[in-house]
Amino acid sequence: MTEIAPFTGYVYPNETIISWGVLIVIYPYLTGLVAGAFTVSSFYHVFGMQQFKPVARLALLTSLSVMLFVPTPLLLHLGHPERSYLSMVTPHLTSAFAMFGFFAAFYTILLILEVWFVFRADNVARAHYSTGLARTFYRTVTLWSDDVSPRARLIDSKWLLTLAIVGIPSAHGLHGYIGFVYGSLKARQWWESDLMPIIFLFSAIVSGIALLMVLYVVTCKLRRVRIDHACLRGLTLALWGFLMFTVVLEGLEFANLVYKGKEGVDMIMLYVQGPLFWRYFVLQFGMGALLPVFIMGIMIAVNLRGRAFVIGATMSALLVLMNVLLMRWNVVIGGQEISKTGKGLLTYLMPFFGHESFVSASILMIAPFVLLWILVRLFPPWVDRPGDR
Amino acid sequence: MENDKRKTQRREFLCTTGKALAGIGVITGGGKLLADSGKENVADMAAKAASLPTSEYDWTQHRWAYGIDATKCIGCLRCVEACKAENDVIGDANHFRTWIERYVYLEGEDHALVDSHADPQNIAASGSGSEYRFDNRYKDEKVSKAFFIPKMCNHCARPACVQVCPVGATFRAEDGTVLIDHDYCIGCRYCVQACPYGARFFIEEEGVSDKCTWCYHRITKGLMPACVDVCPTGTRVFGDLNDASSPVSEFIKNNPVQVLRPESGNAPMCFYVGLDKDVS
Repeated sequence: MTEIAPFTGYVYPNETIISWGVLIVIYPYLTGLVAGAFTVSSFYHVFGMQQFKPVARLALLTSLSVMLFVPTPLLLHLGHPERSYLSMVTPHLTSAFAMFGFFAAFYTILLILEVWFVFRADNVARAHYSTGLARTFYRTVTLWSDDVSPRARLIDSKWLLTLAIVGIPSAHGLHGYIGFVYGSLKARQWWESDLMPIIFLFSAIVSGIALLMVLYVVTCKLRRVRIDHACLRGLTLALWGFLMFTVVLEGLEFANLVYKGKEGVDMIMLYVQGPLFWRYFVLQFGMGALLPVFIMGIMIAVNLRGRAFVIGATMSALLVLMNVLLMRWNVVIGGQEISKTGKGLLTYLMPFFGHESFVSASILMIAPFVLLWILVRLFPPWVDRPGDR
Repeated sequence: MENDKRKTQRREFLCTTGKALAGIGVITGGGKLLADSGKENVADMAAKAASLPTSEYDWTQHRWAYGIDATKCIGCLRCVEACKAENDVIGDANHFRTWIERYVYLEGEDHALVDSHADPQNIAASGSGSEYRFDNRYKDEKVSKAFFIPKMCNHCARPACVQVCPVGATFRAEDGTVLIDHDYCIGCRYCVQACPYGARFFIEEEGVSDKCTWCYHRITKGLMPACVDVCPTGTRVFGDLNDASSPVSEFIKNNPVQVLRPESGNAPMCFYVGLDKDVS
């Protein structure tokens, strides 16, 4: 069922059916979480920042779980998903979209390899101690190699470092590229911005850090283990720093748009003061960005500790996750709600059921975390109990 | 001699490869053909064949272009109806290969009021979304200036829609028409986003993008596009820029022509006479 978008003013007749719906909102959101989670993992694996050790392996599994679902909203969105392979068989190289398949495939392989090396020694041990089906599973996962000698571990760590070093630009390249997909479209003033890829990148990093903060706190609570203050404080500091950058970039982008005042800016001003006011200024900027910057700033300044710090950090992280989701929504949907005529505004009506709906988007948002739950059971990433690595 | 030998070898290689590929095609495609044979009847196949250019058509010999004299348009919408019928365009007020915009300046106003077929008042006046009328909303107003602007795909020389297509399903043909291969389109709708003119739409049922082809099935057989044929005022002209005496060549030569959104860098090939400052 095609939803007809209500409109005010004048819009082109063909615009009354909004082409990119909620699935194209969650596609960059998921990609951003991948890049951000990988960044957190790299804090430890590449930059050797010891305070991030408790979340490093969880971050890697999170990145992989989400990455495996990144193509799903796109595939569900396509009119002919069975033809999607054509973008890799006969890529049209002038298209910003054409490289997605290659980038995504490359990065997925890289993540799988990195996870394999990180968990290899653990899996060898599990294969050794388990029996029956579990033993077969872990032996298969280790590819029947049980060499955990110091020399083999050294090779593992060299591979890990190399993969992580390649992984950082890949993850960030992938997400910057997603920003370019929008920023390079000159038909829409709301999207056409040189800052768009950079904003996408920074918002990706903050979303990943925020996700890991929430996951770390939740998993610690579920496992009834003490939350490592240094780790959570490190994540909070990173989130605080990157978030400030993101807010400034987004503010600059908006200021540029308004200050340049090109044709159609009147409609953009009407839009941001009207339908977008709550979603953009109040929720995205106010509650989703400035409020957590303020909360985290205070917590860091007074050197807050204990339960209050955990609550403050988790609340801030949840607000940031909302901020980034709203940013994706306001970019993808917002861009299409401002008519190309510069003379009208449309309203996107999200269907509740259907292949591009609230329900399908929610399932695709939850699915990576179900996979993560399974992966965490199979490959426990914890390092905070005696006997953990 | 060596060259000839190489050519022969290459011909043999191509021939063998072709046969092998054809064999694989028959094996893998056979099932699909059998499955599809029930769906596609003879009439459909004949219609598909009729829509293709004939073997005599040489696309390197033409450079098609379109002219629109907006000062002549009376907003009768015969072009819109003809286009819908000729090209089997979805019969509602939200999918158009060509449409007409009405611009009305009321006395004392600096900006035009604009409406078209998706406007609820026009749909109400038509009686349904599948018929097209402009309602009489300005009958009690003092109008200082009013005109109609026909719109359609501009078949740009540097089309943004072609640039962004990830698989090359949409392309600019040698004769200057921008076409879509519906058997290759993956339905990502990036082209719909990239077109600054709102000329593209998505066919949900078929999962592909669509737009004006300048009635490619007609122009390649020496006919005019349906919209040009039915226009009672000569607003719409079409022809070959390679032919100096074609209607469109004459139109461009004899009029100061403009294009829509030249700043987009798309280099449209629809040339207008009678544009106004508020037309975008």
